[in-house]
Formats: sequence, C-alpha cells, structure tokens
Amino acid sequence: MAQHELVAAGFGGQGIMMLGKLFAEAGVLEGNYATFLPSYGPAMRGGTANCAIVISNEPIASPVLPHPKVCVVMNLPSLKTFEPLVAPGGILIINSSLIKEKAKRTDIKTIYVPANEIAEKAGMTKAANIVILGIVVKATGAVKVESTKEAIKQTLGEAKAKYLPINLQVLDAGLNFDING
Amino acid sequence: MGEKLLMKGAEAIGEAAIRAGCRHFFGYPITPQNEAPAYMARRLPEVNGTFLQAESEVAAINMLYGCAAAGKRVITTSSSPGISLMQEGLSYIAGSELPVVVMNVVRGGPGLGDIAPAQGDYFQAVKGGGHGDYHLIVLAPSTVQESIDLMQLAFDLADKYRNPVMMLSDGLLGQMMEAVEFPGFVDIEKLPKKPWAADSMQGKRSRNLVNSFDLLPEGLEVMNKKMWAKYADVEKNEVKFEEVETADAEYIFVAYGTVARIIKTVIKDLRSKGHKVGLIRPITLYPFPKKQLLALAENPRVKFFLDIELSFGQMIEDVKLSTEFKKPVHFYGRQGGMLPEPNEISEVMLKLMKEAK
Amino acid sequence: MEQLNHMPTPLMDIPRSYCPGCTHGIIHRLVAEVIEEMDLLQKAIIVLPVGCSTLAVDYFAFDSVQSAHGRAPAVATGVKRALPDRFVMTYQGDGDLASIGAAEMVHAATRGELITTIFVNNGIYGMTGGQMAPTSLMGWKTETSPYGRTAQANGYPIRVSEMLAQLNGPAYIARTDVVSVPGINKTKAAIKKAFTAQIKGLGYSIVEILSTCPTNWGMTPVDALKRVKEETMKYYPLGEFKVAEGL
Ligand SMILES: Cc1ncc(C[n+]2csc(CCOP(=O)(O)OP(=O)(O)O)c2C)c(N)n1
Ligand code: SF4
Repeated sequence: MAQHELVAAGFGGQGIMMLGKLFAEAGVLEGNYATFLPSYGPAMRGGTANCAIVISNEPIASPVLPHPKVCVVMNLPSLKTFEPLVAPGGILIINSSLIKEKAKRTDIKTIYVPANEIAEKAGMTKAANIVILGIVVKATGAVKVESTKEAIKQTLGEAKAKYLPINLQVLDAGLNFDING
Repeated sequence: MGEKLLMKGAEAIGEAAIRAGCRHFFGYPITPQNEAPAYMARRLPEVNGTFLQAESEVAAINMLYGCAAAGKRVITTSSSPGISLMQEGLSYIAGSELPVVVMNVVRGGPGLGDIAPAQGDYFQAVKGGGHGDYHLIVLAPSTVQESIDLMQLAFDLADKYRNPVMMLSDGLLGQMMEAVEFPGFVDIEKLPKKPWAADSMQGKRSRNLVNSFDLLPEGLEVMNKKMWAKYADVEKNEVKFEEVETADAEYIFVAYGTVARIIKTVIKDLRSKGHKVGLIRPITLYPFPKKQLLALAENPRVKFFLDIELSFGQMIEDVKLSTEFKKPVHFYGRQGGMLPEPNEISEVMLKLMKEAK
Repeated sequence: MEQLNHMPTPLMDIPRSYCPGCTHGIIHRLVAEVIEEMDLLQKAIIVLPVGCSTLAVDYFAFDSVQSAHGRAPAVATGVKRALPDRFVMTYQGDGDLASIGAAEMVHAATRGELITTIFVNNGIYGMTGGQMAPTSLMGWKTETSPYGRTAQANGYPIRVSEMLAQLNGPAYIARTDVVSVPGINKTKAAIKKAFTAQIKGLGYSIVEILSTCPTNWGMTPVDALKRVKEETMKYYPLGEFKVAEGL
C-alpha cells in the first residue's frame, strides 16, 4: 500500500476536522498506521481550519503534508491557499456549492462536487462533509467503504445512534457521485 | 498491547501516565497541551486519582514536590512559559532527590511567543534551567506512540534515580492524533517501596527528611557529589537513541522529536536518488548519546553531520562536543514555530554534499 | 453611545479577532472613550495581560506593554515608578488576575500603587479554551471541572472586589456589568472614577466588570447575557466597594 495523504480545509464549523478524523479512523480500523494533524489555536476562531491525514501500512515518517496528494477545499479562501500546494498529479476536490471559481492548475485532477446540494437532497443539509468523505474514499481507495461506515458508527456512538442511517445515506450519496463526470 | 486507537497526543500522555501507575496530576492550563489536563480531569476520578488545577505553574510544581515527597507517582504537563515558571521548583526537586515527571509540550518563544511546535527549550531542559548543579533526565519522543512508551520509562527512571524526568515534546506531537496502542496497567502495589518518603512515622521508623539544604559547605558538597555519582550511572546505563540507515551512510542527520520524523521522509527521498544519508536520533537528550556520535565521527566513511532543529541551534553544541570536532557539524533550522519542508532540507543536504566533494 | 459609528481615537480602526458576542470589545471601547474624554491619550500606557485580551496588542492606539501571565500589576508598577506623571493601567482577565497573578494584584493594591486595573471577570479561561477560573461559579462544568465545580475539589469562587476592599491601599473599587445598557453606562462611569482616583493620586483603583464568554460557556451571546443576570450577579453583587474621600 502506498502512503495515502489528505488535506481538508474550510471554515470552522463545516465539519472539516470530523471529515479528517473519520478518514483516519477508517484507516485505523483496517489495522493501518494513521496520523491526523489539525491546525489549532486561536487562529481557528471564526477563521479557516484544516487538517492533514496520512494513512499507511508502514510507520509514518512526517505527519506534515506541505504538498498533499489529495486535497479537499470547502470554501474559497481554502482554494486560494491550497490549490498551489497539491502535489503534481494529485487530486483537488472542490465543494462547488460554495466555491464558484474554477481551479487553474492543469497538472492535477479536479473534482467539483456540489456537496451541500447533495447532502440536502440526501436528507441532511449540514452533512456536506460526509458527502465529501464519500468522494475521498472513492477517489483514493485508501480505505474500504465498510470501514468508513464503521468509523461513522463508532464516532456517533450509542448516544447518537439514531443519526446513523441518515449519515450512511449521505455517505452513499457521496459514493454514488460520478467523480469523472 | 490492546487494539489500535486514534488518539490525540496530549490525551495519550495522560492515559499513559495513569497506566504507568500515576494517580496524581497538578497543573495549570496552557496551549498547546490543554487536552492533557482536561483528559486527566475526566479520567483520574474514575481510577480514584486526584486532579487539581493549581493557581499557577509555580504552585503546580510545588504540589508535585509535596506529592512526590509523600511517596506517590505524580506528573504535570505544561508548555514553555509555564515550564519556565517551574524552574525554581525543579531545582528544589532535584536537590531533594524526588521523583517526578514533567511534560513540556514546547511552543515558540521566547516570551509569550506562539503556540506552534518548537525546540527552543533544549538548553533549559538539558542544561538545567533552574539554579544550582543538577540535571533532569530528558526524554524526547518523536511519535505519539513513543510518548506513550517512554512515559512508563520516565516514571521508572524517576523512581530509580530519585530525580525529576522531563519529557520534551512539542506542539505538533501534543495536537496530532495518531493510531496508538497502550500497554496494560502497572500494579501500583508492586512498585518499588519508597522508604525515604515523608509519609509519617506511623510508629514504625525514625523520622525521614526531604530536603535540599545544608548550611555547611562540607555537607552540601557531599550531597552534590552523591547526586553526581547518580548522574554518572545515568550516563552509563540509560542512553537511548535510534539510528536510521547509518550502516553505510556518508552523510548523517542529527535530529530529535518531530524534526526527526520529517528527516525520515527526507531520507526516503534522498536514498531513492542514490544518496547515502542516515539519521541518528537521540531519544534521551540527557544522557546524550555521546559514544554513538563519536563512533560515527571516527568512522572514515562518514563525511559530515547535519544537525536540524526548530531553533537557532542548541543541541548542536552537544553534537559538536560528542564528536570532538572530528567531522564537520553543519546546521539548518527553522524558528518561531515554523516547520521545515522535506524539500527544503533535501536542498540543504545536497548543497553541503556538493561542497564537500 | 450616541455616536455609534465614531471610533474613539484611542482604538485602532481594524477588525477585532474576538468571538461574536464577546464583551471584551465593549469594554475596550469604554476604556477608549474615557481615555479620550479625560484627554489621557498622550500620557497613557496600558499593560496587557495573557488571555484573550492579549490580542489587544493590535487594538489600543497608545503605548502598550505586553506582560507575562498574571504579572501586569508588577510590570505596571515598574512603569509607574519610572514615570510617575503618566497614566498607567492594566487590563486583566480573571485567570490572569485572580489565579496566577493573585499575589501581584493584592500587593499592587495594598501598596496603593497609582495604577488602575480593568478586571474582566467572565468566570472562565477564554484563551486556553474553557478551563475553570477561580471565579467560576459552583457547579459550573468546564474543561477542568467536567463534573461541575465542587467545594471539596475546587473550593469557592473568589470575590476579588470584596477581598481588596479589606486593604487600605485601594482608593476606588467597583463591580459593574456590561450585559445591559444601564450596566454599560455604569461601567463607563466607574472607569471614569477609577481613572480619576489615579490622576488625583488617591491610590490603587480597580473596576471589576462582569462579562461573558459565549464560546467557552457553550452559549449563544444572548443566553450568555442572561446567565450573567441570572447567575453571576447573584454571587457577585454589583456596586462600589471603596470610594476614597475626594472622589
Ligand atoms: C505562565 C503561563 N501559564 C499559562 C499560560 C496560558 N494561558 C494563556 S491565557 C490563560 C488564561 C486566560 O484566562 P483569563 O485570564 O480569564 O482571560 P480570558 O482569556 O478569559 O479573557 C492562560 C492560562 C501562559 N500564557 N503563561
Ligand atoms: S474565548 Fe471567550 S473571552 Fe475569548 S474572545 Fe471568545 S468569547 Fe471572548
């Protein structure tokens, strides 16, 4: 298994950290090494947040990803910051519900996902991050769909178990999105 | 070992301390390690332990002093400005030969600095930040898993040598989550007894005294010598380090903690291009792996060392002393909480290699 | 408050990084208004603490000194003793003033140091993400009192104004709030009196301002204001605790 890398960025409150954690958690559930590095501190207040995730079957050297292979941007400032950083040949996933601009680079694959609309249609307006998680799982193949579902289940726990079906429905909507379209 | 869990560094050290038999935490909030006291506040009551938020770091370290004097395993976690305030207490703790564990999740400095990862506290930790002639034993983990593994060792070394042990971590290790496995719980009843503790006579013995004071220079010199005999044993027995690809290496990185992880990425990259680079990573910063560095310096194959730190160069002094100036020791660093990118380090190394030819 | 768009010159005209609904912004503004009205701008020096209001290094448009956590009264003492004819103030949160800086606060007060302290009591550690403060009320759940503050584990909340009122050094001590328009007006009046106490050389002065931290209280700004009225004010009565003769 190659080393899988993801950077996710957006506004605080968009569930960026949750998206990253679920991805890492799914990797751990398959017995892999994983790191999750959040941006932290007062800089996060109201501003943008991001996190870097590495999943590998070998011990992970640096958890810092200056040039990630896969990057998710959920708002315009994040597109501006992270588009130039994606590794050549990498993947940039853009939440086109909130970002009307197009990416400029031609040496990377770009996937435009109207994540907010998909989430709303699937029944949970606020779950654009789960839609994107589905896209990430599909585009990277880093983790299995079952592990991702298990990670969601474990994260919700017993207390919020009633939200599991709707979350899985939203994840499926992400997984069913045509990433080559 | 249990199952793998995804856990935040600052929380993992809390759980690791509990598993190492520690039931007492005293501390004061400071970023980037607030998750450690928060974890302990939740978790310690579940295991009949004590969590107390002190009014300051000055108070916290003296609570450790009292708790250790009473014979209990005890820890505090803090970050650079807070650790500065603890230096007086640490000097008393070393002087009174008490076992405590202190975690410094280092951030950018000096002064209020910032909350990003840094390594500017090396001198303070390794050279003795408080007054007087003493050492802390200093352990420097580079992953969350290693923070857990070294925690047990930290408590054991503290007890064995009756000396404060510092874990020198950084903001990145404190804030990141990593898949980790925990060891089982130490049986507190089976830990070595502490017959020196001031836990009251209970009609069973004469009095014990916990003290760093002797007005007579003759007496104090005896106390100092006893401590330094201990440090000689520490230097002989407790050195820990990791070598990566040094068997055939001509160019050797020296780095500890988070930086060493970044260097591992650099090594993969440079090796794939045919360059014979390696890394020596001190795990104990005191005692420092002097012999191993000297052995590398004396090896004719080795051309030079490149020391990388998140400072303007502190550990490099120990690297130079250890290698007895037998090979050049170069330096590259980032400061203020900035992290070097692997490419940046590769370029520095490639340039130095070219110049050396 | 009549000219809402007018930014008092003692404040920089840049966006603030405080959370929405945070009362630090209002208090900054009141301090700036009084500085301007009393014509203190050119002789004022503010000593800033460690806390959310460290961010004020970018906000006050007059000389500012950033200090170590809790040490502002000592730093301000140094400034004042060096320059006795200047106007010197500290601005401190409850963690900074009543916990780590308790010694400096008490001793500046008992010396009757000619400085003024604006004490923002929001009952929690804001900057570090919601730990218990010495002023957190009984039962409050915080990051470091997850099961609620209890007397057995944590003791009782400190009433700073009442405590300092026992000392001879302070010339003016008042507790006010910024959770209603009358409260804001009274706070401004108290700040004016406190500044006057310093200018007249009467002694140490402090205004304790009951404030909110919606972010770490986990509340909307509106609910946070309500909490101050319903809970905080019951434990921390408003009023003047010391008013020197000649004020
Ligand atoms: C010596 C030291 N210890 C701890 C800290 C971390 N710290 C920063 S702000 C703060 C407390 C802030 O709370 P408060 O004074 O109530 O002000 P607020 O943020 O609520 O306005 C702490 C503990 C520090 N900077 N220095
Ligand atoms: S954390 Fe609290 S005190 Fe700090 S800016 Fe936000 S609301 Fe204000």
